Amino acid sequence: MKKLGKTFRRLFHRQKQLNRSMAGNTLLFVLMGICGVFMALPLVMIANNALKPLDEIYQYPPKIFVRNPTLENFSDLFVLMNDSWVPFSRYIINTVIITGGGTVGHVLVASLAAYPLAKRNFPGKSIVFSMVVLSMMFSWTVTQIPNYMIISWLHINNNYLALILPAWQYGMGLYLMKQFMEQIPDSLLESARLDGASEFRVFWTIVMPNVKPAWLTLAIFQFQQMWGNTGSMYLRDEALKPLQFALQQITAGGAARAGASAAVTFFIAAIPIIFFLACQSNVLETMTTSGMKE
Amino acid sequence: MSSEEMLKKQAKKEKRLLYRIKRERASYLMLAPYFILFFLFTVLPVVLSIGLSFTHFNMLEMPTFIGWDNYVKLFLEDDIFGIALKNTLIFAVITGPVSYFLCLLFAWIINEFHGKLRAFLTLIFYAPSICGNAYLIWTIILSGDRYGYLNGILLKFDIINEAILWMKTEQYVMPVLIIVQLWLSLGTGFLSFIAGLQTVDKTLYEAGAIDGVKNRWQELWYITLPSMKPQLMFGAVMQITQSFAVADISIQLAGNPSVNYAGATVVTHLLDYGSTRFDMGYASAIATVLFLLMVGTNKVVQKILGKVGA
Repeated sequence: MKKLGKTFRRLFHRQKQLNRSMAGNTLLFVLMGICGVFMALPLVMIANNALKPLDEIYQYPPKIFVRNPTLENFSDLFVLMNDSWVPFSRYIINTVIITGGGTVGHVLVASLAAYPLAKRNFPGKSIVFSMVVLSMMFSWTVTQIPNYMIISWLHINNNYLALILPAWQYGMGLYLMKQFMEQIPDSLLESARLDGASEFRVFWTIVMPNVKPAWLTLAIFQFQQMWGNTGSMYLRDEALKPLQFALQQITAGGAARAGASAAVTFFIAAIPIIFFLACQSNVLETMTTSGMKE
Repeated sequence: MSSEEMLKKQAKKEKRLLYRIKRERASYLMLAPYFILFFLFTVLPVVLSIGLSFTHFNMLEMPTFIGWDNYVKLFLEDDIFGIALKNTLIFAVITGPVSYFLCLLFAWIINEFHGKLRAFLTLIFYAPSICGNAYLIWTIILSGDRYGYLNGILLKFDIINEAILWMKTEQYVMPVLIIVQLWLSLGTGFLSFIAGLQTVDKTLYEAGAIDGVKNRWQELWYITLPSMKPQLMFGAVMQITQSFAVADISIQLAGNPSVNYAGATVVTHLLDYGSTRFDMGYASAIATVLFLLMVGTNKVVQKILGKVGA
């Protein structure tokens, strides 16, 4: 019994923690279990659907759990991929460029701008910052047409840049980074400046490592955003279109492709989940040892 | 004499401003790439949209200036806008604070766990946000015939005697949409709280224990929350932008237009005019009103959050 309690405690923290009661831990454990079942529903459904044979997909009333699991849907999907309009690898390269460029670029550009907003005092600072925060409150539906006009005017229509450049300036990323950077103690930056470091160097060697949980989280948001983009508004050439577009074309094929589209849904969800887990496990490791604050 | 003095003062002030700008040129340099793009792809489009709200614009002909007509029509003639505004305010008042609280609560609980279990729990609770249109699972649960899961359960236990058309019955539409929206609420704010909790200095907890913090609740209020104020502010802004802009779930579950406009929100109304009726001038006016509403709410919320842990 004592041993059981010990392993149970290990689930929470490696050592015994301050101010934690066993009863409280048990209560939280049960609460998380019950809520977790409801929250996990879509994951369970997507995974089960991908494994269902056609007759079970069309079964009425629908069942959540699969009875005769099969990998048929995935082999169907591969067959469809092989006779796509342009080679399927082309779509994958496009997605890597668009999603990768949009995510890495946004994290860098937004962090770089967030640093002076959080830690420097320059004329015009508060105006710029409130513009960024307020801009998030304007409905993007009506700005789409002006946006389209501006992208045509810049002659980056039908180009990767039409998707990548607007993604670099989302207000949320800058706001998130700025909020985290504010927490870094000034003394830490000041000592680096006394050592003769330039502002850019301070940003890269001190600020960014200290806000690792923030930019990993931002990368998750941005990856999801870019991954879901079909680019159909700006990209006309088939050879430029991302994976998401090709996959949705397969899904649009109707009843005969229901199996393949279940596999597509699984695949579309799986990639961001893998990315999420890779980033999230790092978020949770970073700060455990450092005591950077005053 | 005095005017000369004032001129001198003015010149001195300008010199100081110029000096400050010069001293901070690194800051401007770092801000430049972001700001140029932000100006092109956000500031300009927003200004143009606000401009369009004073025109009649059907996306085929050039816009024609009509002054305040769109706004007059919106507030005096458009009955559906009244319903939409009411529903949006209900969403904002209920789902806004409740999901903010849920984000914080679950982030805090997950922070109590350790290692792989913690990453796994984060994924489970973030799942509805990562699976794209995950809320479509609710169409199966809420299906109007007796095979819908909710109807099935209620029939089995004799709580109802015939299947209910959940999304086609006016009185159920809003409560159901609110529940689905809450289920979806552990998104941006939730993850930023998880990351924020990681940056709280662990030595503060030890110091707190010595100073007489007795349990995890006191620790939360006196140490954890004040330490993550920047994240709390961020979460609040995200919550406002989300709860005022509810539209997708209403359109997917209740349809647009929904039965007797029971599920209409400001943004579904906007989409109705913008993408179905091609009346962009009017849609822009709706967007501008919504924008002002959110800005006002943000002011109030930021004031309230200033009091946390005090």
